[in-house]
Amino acid sequence: METITINKEIDARGSFCPGPLMALIGAVKAAQVGEVVAVLSADDGSKKDIPLWIAKARHEYLGAEPAAGATRFVCRKLH
Amino acid sequence: MKRILVLGGGTGGTLVANLLAKKLRPAEAEIVLVSASARHLYQPGWLYVPFGRQDPRALSRPLRRLLRPRVRLQIGTATGLDTTQQQLTLASGAALAYDYLVLAPGARITPADIPGFQEGVQHFYSEEAAFRLHAALEEFQGGRIVVGVGGLPHKCPVAPLEFTFLLDEYLTHRHLRGATEIVYTYPIGRVFSIPSVAEAAQPLLEQRGIQIETFFNLEEVVPERKLLRSMEGTEIQADLLIMTPPHRGAQFLEGHPLADAQGWVKTDRATLQVAGADNIWALGDVTDLPISKAGSAAHFEAPVVVERLTAALRGTAPNPQHAAYGGHVMCFLEVGYGKASLLDFDYGRPPQVAAPNPIVHYQKMVFNKAYWYLVPTGVA
Repeated sequence: METITINKEIDARGSFCPGPLMALIGAVKAAQVGEVVAVLSADDGSKKDIPLWIAKARHEYLGAEPAAGATRFVCRKLH
Repeated sequence: MKRILVLGGGTGGTLVANLLAKKLRPAEAEIVLVSASARHLYQPGWLYVPFGRQDPRALSRPLRRLLRPRVRLQIGTATGLDTTQQQLTLASGAALAYDYLVLAPGARITPADIPGFQEGVQHFYSEEAAFRLHAALEEFQGGRIVVGVGGLPHKCPVAPLEFTFLLDEYLTHRHLRGATEIVYTYPIGRVFSIPSVAEAAQPLLEQRGIQIETFFNLEEVVPERKLLRSMEGTEIQADLLIMTPPHRGAQFLEGHPLADAQGWVKTDRATLQVAGADNIWALGDVTDLPISKAGSAAHFEAPVVVERLTAALRGTAPNPQHAAYGGHVMCFLEVGYGKASLLDFDYGRPPQVAAPNPIVHYQKMVFNKAYWYLVPTGVA
């Protein structure tokens, strides 16, 4: 993944409730349009859930990369 | 003498103040708790108020009576925090100096964050709203009711699901269930954030004829059309709209260097120390930790804050056994008809959900009554 400036990163490793995707949604809602939000998740389900929600909510999925023993999912708020 | 200031008279603040008062010798520090309210509220009880199962007056007690005599109580609303001067300012103009600070002002509901919410949506996240909803439900004669999450994060993750189950039971008792369509909405692609809970809850919702609309993140309300619009582009119209309201941290913390733009305090997930301040800790709903905003989290966080603050004050090393918050949360999930499940988890251990049963329901009922004696006082 090319270097992208992340405006806000949430460490949701070990966060079962409300979970990494809910944390990402909250952060995307609170962000300014154009800002980039990332979430660190150790949950396997996130690999499907997170890109799926980003697509449904019509934001930009910037991809996933290994980070801190988990996966970093990156999203740009488009609207 | 050193002064410890605890901001917030809810579960986290009250418990921390009491534990500090138990642990520290009087000469070691003065302990002052600042609360905007003279009452300590048991918010989980508001879930039952709309169904006429709980008197709202029994859900608050005088904060002074829950605090050990040694804790000084100051009633006032915090309006500013200067970490250089080490001073908390109150609305009255009073400035309280501190040597150590614990931030536990909780989360506040901000229904105005969503256009149309205040005019068109009911909720149970305040005493007044819960009672108003009780009146609305008693007037309800049939039609469609939608229940869901109106903003993230929100206090008590299980509450919308519990409310839906209790609503089904309530309408059945009133012989209105056949005349009512219930729609349950949730922000992600399943009925609850925890997969094992979602797997257990979905069949129950389906069996009880409750419609499910997933991937629904509330964006706007059109009150005159009784319409909810989601971020995902879907719409739901209903006769009664019941959604958890948007939340933020304490108003004076919005945009403060110690917090983000929403007022959530930047907190270390293990030490509970506030980022950039070695004499400030935070616990409870106000932190930016992506964990459950639940009294239970504050309950388990409190001893860690107390251990670390005490060690800092005494210039000793914190006891490693008590110095790290492991993410422990314990919550009840009410599913109606006298049954409930217990959710118990931490950062390293996912919840293992047992089938809902009457024993756990009774445990929840007992806990709701015993809370006052066991939790804020530091007994349990």
